[in-house]
Amino acid sequence: MIREARVKCIVCPIGCEITVTLRNGEILSIKGNRCVRGAEYARQEVLEPKRMLITVIKVRGGNLPVVSVKTLKPIPKKLISKAIEALANLEVEAPIKVGDTVMKNLLDLGVDVVATRSVNRLRREESLQ
Amino acid sequence: MVKEIRCDLIVIGGGAAGLAAAAKAKRLGVGRVILVDSSPYMGRLLGGILPQCIHPGFGLQYFKEELTGPEFAERLVKQVYDLGVEMLTESYASDLRYSEDNVEVIAISPKGVIRLDGKALIYAAGARERSIFEIGVVGYRPAGVFTAGETQALMDLFGVMPGKEMVIIGSGDVGLIMARRFALEGADVKAVVELMPWPGGLTRNVVQCLEDFGIPLLLSHMVTKILGRRRVAGVEVVKVNEDLKPVSGTEKVLECDTVVVAAGIVPKAELLEEAGALIDRATHGPIVNDFLETTLHNVFAAGNALIINDLVDHAAEQGERAAESVAYILEGGEIPHEGVKKVVLGRNVRLAMPQRVTGLKDVYLHVRVKKPEENVRLVVRELGLEVKMPRVRPAEMIRLPIRRDRIAAIGDSKLTVSVEAE
Repeated sequence: MIREARVKCIVCPIGCEITVTLRNGEILSIKGNRCVRGAEYARQEVLEPKRMLITVIKVRGGNLPVVSVKTLKPIPKKLISKAIEALANLEVEAPIKVGDTVMKNLLDLGVDVVATRSVNRLRREESLQ
Repeated sequence: MVKEIRCDLIVIGGGAAGLAAAAKAKRLGVGRVILVDSSPYMGRLLGGILPQCIHPGFGLQYFKEELTGPEFAERLVKQVYDLGVEMLTESYASDLRYSEDNVEVIAISPKGVIRLDGKALIYAAGARERSIFEIGVVGYRPAGVFTAGETQALMDLFGVMPGKEMVIIGSGDVGLIMARRFALEGADVKAVVELMPWPGGLTRNVVQCLEDFGIPLLLSHMVTKILGRRRVAGVEVVKVNEDLKPVSGTEKVLECDTVVVAAGIVPKAELLEEAGALIDRATHGPIVNDFLETTLHNVFAAGNALIINDLVDHAAEQGERAAESVAYILEGGEIPHEGVKKVVLGRNVRLAMPQRVTGLKDVYLHVRVKKPEENVRLVVRELGLEVKMPRVRPAEMIRLPIRRDRIAAIGDSKLTVSVEAE
C-alpha cells in the first residue's frame, strides 16, 4: 500500500512543506525539502517522531516547591503521556543541583531525566518571608 | 540617609542581556560593575524570564549547545559572580538621572535607598506582557484571567495549575509553549485564538505545541467578551475580516474556566524615556546607533528592553555588544553623533534596529516585516545590498550582517531597508 505523509519542516525558519511517500512503511521518496537536514527530519517524523519531554516535579524541603526537569534525549512522541504519568508522583529531596538525575531509565527507554535548575534547601530566614 | 556608590558601569536588569553585558564588561577590563535586578526571592531567580522558561531551545548560538531557560540562566549567573560583578538583588531602579558625564540611578534595595553614580549605563530591563486591557476584550473581570507569563510562573516555578479548561488569546511563542504545558499537565486547551490570518509564533512551536496535541488554532478570530461573574465561564469569539473587523453572525461561545492572554510583549523603556531618551514608535524601545547607544550619550540598551528578540541568544549578544561599547568609551574612544546615517523603513518593513549607523561598527541590522511573503529580496538600496529570502514572516526577525566599511564607503545620509518582489 502506498501512502503520502505531509511534514511541516521545523529545522529552519523557511518551513518547507515536505511530502514523504511510503510503501508498506518503507520510504520511497521525500520531496519538497530544500536541504538534507529537512529530509532527515521528515524521515524521522514519519518513521518515529521524537520529542524532548519537559515538565516539573515536586521537591521536599526546597526553596522552590518544584524543580524543572528534561529528558536527556528525545523520546518517542507516542510515549509522552505515559512518561508524564510516570513522573507525576515523583518527589525529590532538596538540595538538587542542575544536571542531577531525578529518574534513571524512564519507561525502560534508556533515557534519564535530569534537573534543569538548582533548588537549595529552604533556610529558616527564607521561610520567614 | 541615602547610601552612595560610585562605579564605572551600572547595568539595570539581570536577565540574559544584563547578565551577558555585565560579564562581558568585566572580561574587557571595565573596573567596578554594579548590576541592579528586581527579581524577588533573594536573587534565587536571577535571569529575568529565563528561570520560568523551562522548555529547551536556548543557547544554541551563545553557548553552542541547546539548553533550557533555567540552565541558561544558571550559567550566566555563575559567570557574573565569578567575574566579580557586584549584584544589587531584589532592588528596583526607580529613577534615572542623566547628565553628559554622569549617569545616576536611584535603587530601592532591601538595604535602603542607594544612589549609584556611573560613567556609563546599560539598560536591559526587559519587556512586559500586554494585558487583557490592551487588546480590547470587554465583559466581566472574573477570576481566571492571566497573562501567559503569569501562568508559566505559577506552573513552572511554583507547581500551581491555573485552571482546567483554557482558552489562549494570541499565538505568539509564549502562548504556544504554554498551550503545550497545559495539555501536558492534563488541562483541556479549547483553542488558541489569533487575530491575524497567520500564527504569531515560530513554525516549530505551531507544530510541536499545537499540532502534537491536537489543539485548534483559530486564525482570523478574536475574543470579544469574557463570560462569567466570579470565575471565567467562557469567552465569546468571532471571525474577523481582512480589515480585522468582526464578521457579524459568526459569534460563538467557547466554554472554559481560564483565559490566558498571550498578546505579545513590549519593551519596558519608561525609565529611559523619562530620562529623555528618544523612543522608536515601531520597536517601542529606545532609538540606538550601531554601538547600541541610546540618544543619551553613554547610555546603552540591550535585550528585550531594546527590541523584542526571537532568541535569548540575540538578547545576550546585544548585551555583549553594549559592553564592548562601554569598554570602548571608558578607554577614551569616541562615538560620533554628527553625520550619522538614519535607517529608513521601506516596503513591507515594520521595524529596524539599529535606527542609526555610524559606519564604525560591523552591524546586525534587525528587521521585522509587516506581512508574510515568499520569494522576495531584502534590499538596502543605498548600499546596493540584496539578499534573496525564500520566505519572510513577521514572527521571524531577520538579522542582516553589514560590514562597517560598506556603510562608511557611501555618502548618503540614510539607509533604506525594504522587502521587494523577486
